[in-house]
Amino acid sequence: MGTAVRTNAAPAWHQRRVRIYDREAPLGYLLLVPTLLVLGIFLLYPFLFGIWLSLTDSELGNLGNFIGLDNFRFEWRNTDGVFYTAVVNTFLYTGITTVFKLSLGLVMALLLNQAFPFRRFVRAALLLPYIIPTVLSYEAWRWMFDPTFSVVNWLLVNTHLAAYPGPNWLGVPFNAMAALMIVNVWRGTPFYAIAFLAGMQVIPLDLYEAARVDGATRWQQFTSITLPMLQPVLLVVLLLSTILTFADFQGPFVLTNGAPYNSTQLLSIWAYQWGIPGGAISLGAAISLVLFPLLTFVVAGVLFLLRRPE
Amino acid sequence: MASVTYEHVTKKFSADTTAVNDLSLEIRDTEFMVLVGPSGCGKSTALRMLAGLEEITAGQIKIDDQVVNKMPPRDRDVAMVFQSYALYPHMSVFDNMGFGLKMRGSTRTEIETRVKEAGRILRLDKLLGRKPRQLSGGQRQRVALGRAIVRQPRVFLLDEPLSNLDAMLRVQTRIELQKMHQRLGTTFIYVTHDQVEAMTMGDRIAVMRDGVLQQVAPPREIYDQPVNMYVAGFIGSPRMNFLPVTISDHEAKASGFELKLPEAPGVARGILGIRPEHFLPNVSEEDTAIELKVEVLEVLGADQYLYGKIGSDDLIARVDPALKVSIGDRVRLAVNMKRLHLFDAETEKAVF
Repeated sequence: MGTAVRTNAAPAWHQRRVRIYDREAPLGYLLLVPTLLVLGIFLLYPFLFGIWLSLTDSELGNLGNFIGLDNFRFEWRNTDGVFYTAVVNTFLYTGITTVFKLSLGLVMALLLNQAFPFRRFVRAALLLPYIIPTVLSYEAWRWMFDPTFSVVNWLLVNTHLAAYPGPNWLGVPFNAMAALMIVNVWRGTPFYAIAFLAGMQVIPLDLYEAARVDGATRWQQFTSITLPMLQPVLLVVLLLSTILTFADFQGPFVLTNGAPYNSTQLLSIWAYQWGIPGGAISLGAAISLVLFPLLTFVVAGVLFLLRRPE
Repeated sequence: MASVTYEHVTKKFSADTTAVNDLSLEIRDTEFMVLVGPSGCGKSTALRMLAGLEEITAGQIKIDDQVVNKMPPRDRDVAMVFQSYALYPHMSVFDNMGFGLKMRGSTRTEIETRVKEAGRILRLDKLLGRKPRQLSGGQRQRVALGRAIVRQPRVFLLDEPLSNLDAMLRVQTRIELQKMHQRLGTTFIYVTHDQVEAMTMGDRIAVMRDGVLQQVAPPREIYDQPVNMYVAGFIGSPRMNFLPVTISDHEAKASGFELKLPEAPGVARGILGIRPEHFLPNVSEEDTAIELKVEVLEVLGADQYLYGKIGSDDLIARVDPALKVSIGDRVRLAVNMKRLHLFDAETEKAVF
């Protein structure tokens, strides 16, 4: 037997390339590099930098020295007298708006899931609060909440729901908080509705037919089929929305910026006020990190509920 | 237990799509009725109208003597098995089967007794705690059946329940369904496109085409006396041979042979219908014989199919596998004149 001569053997450079392609583990890490770079630069670095800042006495334009947990201690003792108000407000703001966004979003999705004329158009219109630049829409809301020159009070007074001149929306603590929540619900509900609608549309129709033949009423179909089938979407939306609402800044900033008398102060606003106008960037970082451990638990909990049972 | 009556039932999905056209059909109490036809013939729509899942455009449907046109599904007391099974994915087998009873407000103990009973019959006892996705196709199918049985409905509706099973399981389940029908003594209405299922299971078969009912009869009669070419061609495998003939008096002349009809049909142009199994290999003097030029051979063990040409017409014949034939042979076959069909070439209706 002679040695066979491979006339069509691949050139050396080609063989080398094939070897890399064939080794799965190194290739896998190689392909991960771009993602890790992006995540590292845009997520991990700012996050770690934020943590480091909170442990220093840095000011704007001046990288300070390590002072341990002093910033946290400062807030913990309520030295500025506002911190606990901001914590309570943040929880109220998130909790109450989430309940409304969830239920309104569900109702909206149920309605949009019916057959009616111009359905596509209406579904698209649902996203309007998302398309308008936020500062613009929040400025519009601020105008609408103006006690004298605005549509909200004009409507309330003329439909005799409120006595002239109508409530002072942004000037009274309770009203101001309510106004913030209304705007947040306005902006957040479409997100819920769109997500729920998408979730509802992948529920097979024959399940409803089977349930109808099985004798389920409309309400029973909703509770026995729609809700359980929607559960994964519901949890994810709830998770995202909770995180985003905890950290919500734009609306409250444009509408009240914590006023009146810090009564609508939220952690996000308070962190900003200390950090940027107040110049104490390290204290601002500490305030915004206060909720981090708590949110971690929320995320872990939701992810636990979302795991695929098997 | 109940009878079901369709009276001139029509279903239009839009002005020019008529799914079911003037369907009149009586299904007797405890009968196993099979609606059969190709996809799009309206058989499923007919079933769904009875279930209450589709509105009825015209006519009326009665369960026993009660018109159910406007009655919501939950009040009709019918159970349905879907082609997709439509099991509730988030519920256990037990909850799937008990769902109908729960919706009707049965007590827990009653649900438990009935689900366990059905689980035993369907050999699902050990699987009651599982979710549908943990089951095989055959098991899911049994759960779907169980969900219907547990309800003890007046009428069972089955919409192609076997079409997602593999061939072996399909034959098994077919037999089980027949046993179940005997044991339950309930009216079954079964929709299928499979003529074998129709022939083997139905007390009577209703053949549909393009929304129009063609013939309702017991399987034997559908096979022996099809009312038109469509029914004749749809039932039976391989398909009945159709040979165009010109007729003068008793004489029928096809492209490759002539034969003397038992009676004068009174039409000038007809279509001869001869089932593949109605050829006899032993030709004697008084037989009407044809000579088939064999082009393709299929030996299936119990049967042998000869595909060939006679004159310009294609022909299939089923013969004894012991008969030695090779491709290219010219085989003489006698036509079984007793089983001969003739159709009017114009109307495609059976002459005899």
